[in-house]
Amino acid sequence: MPNTVFSPSIESRPTYAGLAPRPGAPAIMVADEAGAAAVTHLATVDATAMAKAHVVLVGAPAETSDALAALSPAAVQTVPDLDTATPIVEQLLSQARMGTQLFLAGSEGLMGHISAIALASGMALEDIQMEHRGSIARRMQCVHCKGITDGVTTDPFTCSHCGLTLFVRDHFSRRLGAFQGVCVDAETPGDIPATEEIRP
Amino acid sequence: MTKLALKVAAVEQLTPLVKRFRFEDPTGAPLPVFSGGAHITVEMPNGDTIRRNSYSLISDPYDPSGYEIAVRREDTGRGGSSHMHSAVAEGDTITVSVPANLFQLDLRARKHVLIGGGIGITPFLSQLRQLDREQKPYELHYAARSRAEAAGIALLPEAAHIHVHISDEGNRMDLGAILDGQPLGTHVYTCGPEGLIAAVADQAARLGWPKSAVHSEAFTAPPPGAPFEVTIASSGQIVPVKADQSLLEALEAAGVEIDYSCRGGACGRCETAVTACDGQIEHNDHWLSADERAAQKKIMPCMSRFKGTRLELDL
Ligand code: FES
Repeated sequence: MPNTVFSPSIESRPTYAGLAPRPGAPAIMVADEAGAAAVTHLATVDATAMAKAHVVLVGAPAETSDALAALSPAAVQTVPDLDTATPIVEQLLSQARMGTQLFLAGSEGLMGHISAIALASGMALEDIQMEHRGSIARRMQCVHCKGITDGVTTDPFTCSHCGLTLFVRDHFSRRLGAFQGVCVDAETPGDIPATEEIRP
Repeated sequence: MTKLALKVAAVEQLTPLVKRFRFEDPTGAPLPVFSGGAHITVEMPNGDTIRRNSYSLISDPYDPSGYEIAVRREDTGRGGSSHMHSAVAEGDTITVSVPANLFQLDLRARKHVLIGGGIGITPFLSQLRQLDREQKPYELHYAARSRAEAAGIALLPEAAHIHVHISDEGNRMDLGAILDGQPLGTHVYTCGPEGLIAAVADQAARLGWPKSAVHSEAFTAPPPGAPFEVTIASSGQIVPVKADQSLLEALEAAGVEIDYSCRGGACGRCETAVTACDGQIEHNDHWLSADERAAQKKIMPCMSRFKGTRLELDL
């Protein structure tokens, strides 16, 4: 399964160009189980990709981390979820030198969350490469209570913090790494459209 | 462009070639504050015309009590700097533009590396004060061939993260060593000769730095050259451009209205369409793209010159 092609939308909706080789560059790679395939593909097109790469695998089974370890990266670490990945990535970024590339592969939630951390630590947008793989679930911020709900696959959805029913908007905040969710029944409470699966 | 009539409050000879000028409001009123890297345009009467040169402000951006500039005398130049050196004295009135900035610090950076050569240190002096005030980590490297050529040294404060490299004394500036291993989020700024700017950009690219982290001082003084003529399309008027005059200055002297800001080929304000061109435009600006230069349909009069038989401007 290749990089997901999303339907055209507003300018703030992120697009993911895929992972392109930057031969010889030191790299931080963060991927989930589906995204690991994009990293493996990068390693097959660029034999130098892994030698200086620190890989953080999020919520992937042992077979996936074994497969990546077989590509002999500088280091590979497996963590259960994004919350555990966060301090590790922050630590890697704080020690990174200019010229370091960030490769993100997997869900939009993972890419949005990690790229926001990288931008805040001074990394340039042009040094962040992303490839969407796997679930099209979104990481959503409720514009009303500001709470983040991850893994959203339906529109509308229920905010996991305040319980409002929210529309899935394409409006994306780079700083937060999340899409915006807006109350669907603010004008006429209780008037809620039918729930649909979100589409790419 | 908003102008200020100021009093020359102090003139100080810093080195045999460099003078510092301080301008204040004649009534002591506060001046508009600026940001590190900003410049002003100074007007100098020159016979019955006015010469205007842009200079970086070197004083504290947050201090509204005065503006300071440093001027290096260029005896082969177009006369602006020698006018400042020979004709401007304490107590004179001088007209300057309000500050504008084409060389701002990117304050999202986590660290700033400033690299200067020759007199190419002036925009950094106000930036240093801003960086100190904002408590941002930085280092400054200043390079010159010999101490005699290092006009900027007299302007630099002494500080641990300010490094002077004099190649005659055996410590030539090593750009690779300076740029390699800088922490993520570092931005580099270069001011000085074209060769230095290109060498820094080159080294940064080789180390994989993103382009958005590499900045350089955008404007330079217009170079002198052979005299030429331009034709004004609307009136048929022929305007001669002297060897030590820029096209912009010649148009101003001839009473042709034209917009400007930086007078150094960086801001784009003076861009003028070319309606006929039989010859070669010498593009000296940093504004037009390579394709636009080749097409010869646009010219930046503040910097660029012409060799050929006919150049007609859409003015
Ligand atoms: S006045 Fe700024 S480019 Fe000419």
